[in-house]
Amino acid sequence: MSGFFASDPVRTALVAGGLTAVVSGVVGVFVVLRGQSFAGHALGDMGTLGGSAAYLANVSPLWGYVGVGAVVAAAMELFGVQRRRERDVATGIVLGATLGLSALLLYLDSTSSSTTGVAASVLFGSLFAFAPSALPETTALAAAALVVVAAVFRPLLLSSIHPELASVRDVPVRGVATVFIVVMGVTVSLASTVVGTVLSPALLVGPSAAALRLSRRPGAAMALAAVLGIAATWLGVTLAYASHDWPPAHQGWPISFFVVAIVFVIYAVTESVGPRAAGRGRPDATVEAQTPLAGTPTAGTAQVR
Amino acid sequence: MTVSGDRLGMPDDHPKAASVGGRAPDAARPALTLTDAEVLGVDDIVVSLGGRRVLDGVSFALCPQEFVGLIGANGSGKTTLMRVVLGLLKPDSGSVRRADRRVGYVPQKVAIDPDIPLRARDLVALGVDGERFGLRLPSRARRARVDEMLEAVDATAFADGRIGELSGGEQQRVLIAHALVGDPALLVLDEPLANLDIRSGHEIVELLARLKVERNLAVLLSAHDMNALLPHMDRIVYLADGRAAAGTVGEVVRSDVLSELYRYPVRVLDVDGTLVVIGGHEVSVR
Amino acid sequence: MFSGFMANAWTAGTLVAIVAGVVGLFVVLRGSTFAAHAVPLSSFAGAAGANLIGAAPIAGLALFAPLSALGIGWLDRRRRGRGDVATALVVATMLGLGALFLSWSTEYESGIFGLLFGQIFGVSSGQVWLTAALAAGTAVSVGALYRPLLLTSISEDLASSRGTRPGRVDTAFLVLVAVVTTMAVPIVGAFLMFSLMVGPPAAARAFTRAPASAMALAVALAAVTVWAGLALAYATDWPIGFFVGGLGALWYLAARLRIALRR
Repeated sequence: MSGFFASDPVRTALVAGGLTAVVSGVVGVFVVLRGQSFAGHALGDMGTLGGSAAYLANVSPLWGYVGVGAVVAAAMELFGVQRRRERDVATGIVLGATLGLSALLLYLDSTSSSTTGVAASVLFGSLFAFAPSALPETTALAAAALVVVAAVFRPLLLSSIHPELASVRDVPVRGVATVFIVVMGVTVSLASTVVGTVLSPALLVGPSAAALRLSRRPGAAMALAAVLGIAATWLGVTLAYASHDWPPAHQGWPISFFVVAIVFVIYAVTESVGPRAAGRGRPDATVEAQTPLAGTPTAGTAQVR
Repeated sequence: MTVSGDRLGMPDDHPKAASVGGRAPDAARPALTLTDAEVLGVDDIVVSLGGRRVLDGVSFALCPQEFVGLIGANGSGKTTLMRVVLGLLKPDSGSVRRADRRVGYVPQKVAIDPDIPLRARDLVALGVDGERFGLRLPSRARRARVDEMLEAVDATAFADGRIGELSGGEQQRVLIAHALVGDPALLVLDEPLANLDIRSGHEIVELLARLKVERNLAVLLSAHDMNALLPHMDRIVYLADGRAAAGTVGEVVRSDVLSELYRYPVRVLDVDGTLVVIGGHEVSVR
Repeated sequence: MFSGFMANAWTAGTLVAIVAGVVGLFVVLRGSTFAAHAVPLSSFAGAAGANLIGAAPIAGLALFAPLSALGIGWLDRRRRGRGDVATALVVATMLGLGALFLSWSTEYESGIFGLLFGQIFGVSSGQVWLTAALAAGTAVSVGALYRPLLLTSISEDLASSRGTRPGRVDTAFLVLVAVVTTMAVPIVGAFLMFSLMVGPPAAARAFTRAPASAMALAVALAAVTVWAGLALAYATDWPIGFFVGGLGALWYLAARLRIALRR
């Protein structure tokens, strides 16, 4: 076990993973409160384009994720809310096109350069290969995200819980929303370096959703989400390290699998066992906004979206 | 005149006319039969939802060619009652007796995507056999029926237009055609006037009044404002707080009857032919 | 380009285009875009698992896709509002599982690439037969469910009042989405199935008015997408997913333009 902490990649992984988990936990609480997990998923997938472009341009993938993430995020907020159905279709189509383009870039990368396993790294992460030289910018981005959230905390909270009330109290709801979604873009980028673009939503919303089940106060939920996220990430790193000799391939299991599986277990446990504390006592405007206008009082049958 | 628990306002020569004022002798009658004259019988319906009594012993009946308005404010239980009548919701107690033939239903909210590739005539065609499984071959007989129905509701002009692009009133007509093409004995409409302007609303009411005679139909429709229906409504079922009073407008829409229904002082004013119901304390004229 | 293994790809691809257009039209009508997204992603684990034990990916998909579809349907019904989080996590876990399976094989990178972005080689004759059988089954099912599907898309209450059970129709529909997934993912990849299923029908509904012609047009556009994808992928060696994604977006753009001009 002494080899574990002595290993450079492991230490780097723990630091990068820990930072990311903290930011994801904090930002993720708002993502869940605002019902924006699909947006998080879309941002993650779009980051694939940034990551594959970055590899092609020989730049750190983090900047690729951030570049695409921030731009797309702002665009999403600006193009605003049309009919929800139509917006989902449009988002899906754009996702498909970006993923298709990513496929091309990944292919070109595999034929032009000597780096192997780019697709796997971008999509599913390769935390043990995280360059220590990228730690300073990772720390800077993480710190920036947390500072911004702290700065807009109360307006963000109010407009997440009750947008109309926030408007009445002179909160610039639209502006705050745009700022938040850019922060989301940055957070998803960080998560993508840890578990890959495709799995980043799990790190973003999993610990936070679990924390919200256990605590109804946003501040406490954020702290708890950060702790759960760190636990999942560090445990994932440990298990991945230990799995080096495991069957069947004896080359280690992917970190991202462990992290996501642990997050899932945490979520499942809190969902079935935890008190329903998070849902009671306040008007959950985001939940109401998502349930369809019911002309009838009975639940009836729900349509799969 | 009493409220709730009675079937009121039957035609004088109706065998049940004698039941006004007390529990009907037909309480002993098996619940599933209708008299020849009735198309729909609703007996003592009780529904609780989420711990609240939404319907508290509602009863009324419909005969063919009767145009009955189900009137009540939002939250009075109208939609719940409609769903019970249609069989979409089982009441906690009480029963609904319907003539065997299908009920035509015009729902309030229909999720019509403006871009949906469905023409008016396609929707009406679905009214013929839209619930059947299996492949459906084009049929001249069915097309003729659809054309005839579109004509009857004055929708021929926009029969080939996309449903999503029709106006509210036009969509309403198409939905009525859809409901009627199966030749039901009862037509139930859930707040058809809610999203229409005054003129379209009046046109729809006149259309329904015409259709009820042409097609030997009983019409039950819900609304929160009874005035649009006054010219054509035969009887009214007035819902307040889950309790109902049924009868003609003259019998039901009165200060004393509604006050008893609401369990709160209520006044009915007739302002130049428009009936207005307002809450208020008893006014004694000195 | 038309001989040997490519012949299989053309046959299977055409069958895929037909069912994608047909079922995709209802995906768009019913607004089930989330299912069209989540089911292929979750089924990825099945394809990866099959790959691991040396079976064809389609076999793994045939098992995982229906389970995923029903699971997602169940989750969606149970938790409205917070449903996004639960399904997102389930999808992510399944994707992680797929990555795990592939990591156990010698084809981590190529497996990930092929199953997610599509591949035009490696369509076996057995796969063609299975695809044909599934296509036939889908055609029969859609024929049988046609009217209830249309009616429930317009109004579940209306359908209920006529004796149809919207819940059952919904479940059957999800199974259809699963079948299309099984057929399509081996060729166009899990990421691009959405584009194939949604782009062509979205365009079709903007250009036609009647449901039958919308379906025909959706199938035609889907076929063009698959054929162009196969041809271009063969010629350039670029991944088929790139072409499918781009074309899907093209059809959608055409649809929006047409709608904007019409209004």
